[in-house]
Amino acid sequence: MTDFTLWDIVRNLLFALRWTVLLSLVSFVGGGVIGLLVLFARIAKRRFARLPAKLYIELFQGTPLLMQLFLVFFGLGLFGISVPAWLAAGVALVLWTAAFLGEIWRGCVEAIAKGQWEASASLGMSRLEQMRHVILPQALRIAVPPTVGFSVQVVKGTALTSIIGFIELTKAGTIITNATFQPFTVYGLVALFYFALCWPLSLTSRLLERKLHVSHRHH
Amino acid sequence: MTYSFNFMWLATYYPVIVKGILITLELTIVGGVLGIALGILCAFVKLYGTAPLRVVVATYVELIRNTPFLVQLFFIFFGLPALGIRLGELEAANIAMVVNLGAYACEIIRAGIQATPRGQFEAGASLAMSRLETFRHVVLVPALQRIWPALSSQVVIVMLGSAVVSQIAAQDLTYAANYIESRTFRSFEAYSVTTAIYLILAILVRQAMAGVGRLVFPRRVSR
Repeated sequence: MTDFTLWDIVRNLLFALRWTVLLSLVSFVGGGVIGLLVLFARIAKRRFARLPAKLYIELFQGTPLLMQLFLVFFGLGLFGISVPAWLAAGVALVLWTAAFLGEIWRGCVEAIAKGQWEASASLGMSRLEQMRHVILPQALRIAVPPTVGFSVQVVKGTALTSIIGFIELTKAGTIITNATFQPFTVYGLVALFYFALCWPLSLTSRLLERKLHVSHRHH
Repeated sequence: MTYSFNFMWLATYYPVIVKGILITLELTIVGGVLGIALGILCAFVKLYGTAPLRVVVATYVELIRNTPFLVQLFFIFFGLPALGIRLGELEAANIAMVVNLGAYACEIIRAGIQATPRGQFEAGASLAMSRLETFRHVVLVPALQRIWPALSSQVVIVMLGSAVVSQIAAQDLTYAANYIESRTFRSFEAYSVTTAIYLILAILVRQAMAGVGRLVFPRRVSR
């Protein structure tokens, strides 16, 4: 029987923290790419493109992330693929993130004055050109604070992947607790590590938002 | 894909699902009511409290908002017994949900209060109302009305987040799904049925919040 020192606990949690960070990055980047597609479909002119995007968003925002993880984990298995936990975790989190980012960005695009669309249309731009040169650059400015704010939700969302057996920070906490019988210390440390990841993002989001408000007031 | 779907288990296991729905709803109602109450209290302290109290509330809000609900739940259920606080799984789940919603509600309600026009405070003071009376009658209700949609969304988010309380063996809807999955091995079916139920519950909770809003705020305050 070896004894766990506090440093042993911290060191092992730090090892696991890598996976939380990596999964968060993958989910955020992947979710961003698919979220952009969702955004384009959501604001498309044609109804048959808008409707599936709307359903997609409703479905992912109206059901628990945990259920989505289970469904991807067991659903992919139906096709006879043996699904490792990291793959199910990545796929589910990317799809979940995409739904939220798509909806956040739609709000930003719709906040752009209608005149901008009309002006760019009068210059003979196609819809894609309008988005690329006129709308998105302006929407991007207001989209940054809520997007950074949502990244906090992504980091916290990765904790749920511990339940399907992906060994990240929370799962490592459970494993170490089972070995050391010190749940108070271990889960306290786990919470602090998450806090260390999320708090800077929250502060950045708030700071950017304040900056944006100030610049708007001076217009 | 040679898999054939089978929902026959529903006939045997529907009572488990009904019980799970009831517990999820109980958690949501208790968490929602007490969480909003805690949020109002914290918003009041954050805006009008003394400096040390404000620091305490701000720390609480930041800690909760920047850590996962699952870890908060584990800390309360597994960690607190080290301090001599032993909780049953439902108590722990309830407390975790109240504490979690309280922090988010605090920020939402604070934003609502801060959007109150200055004239409202002055009008309250000119009627010789005390600070607390002005807060209760003049500031709080219109503030709540202003942020009710945001608060409703947060209650739905907390309801969906409550799926993880199954991890401390609280017998909610997700617990029911896990139970059925372990008995029937119909994982995909069990989880898709419960996911659909969650979707319906989310819509119902949203409607219920809108209904409460109509009851509590009968007339639209024109601004």
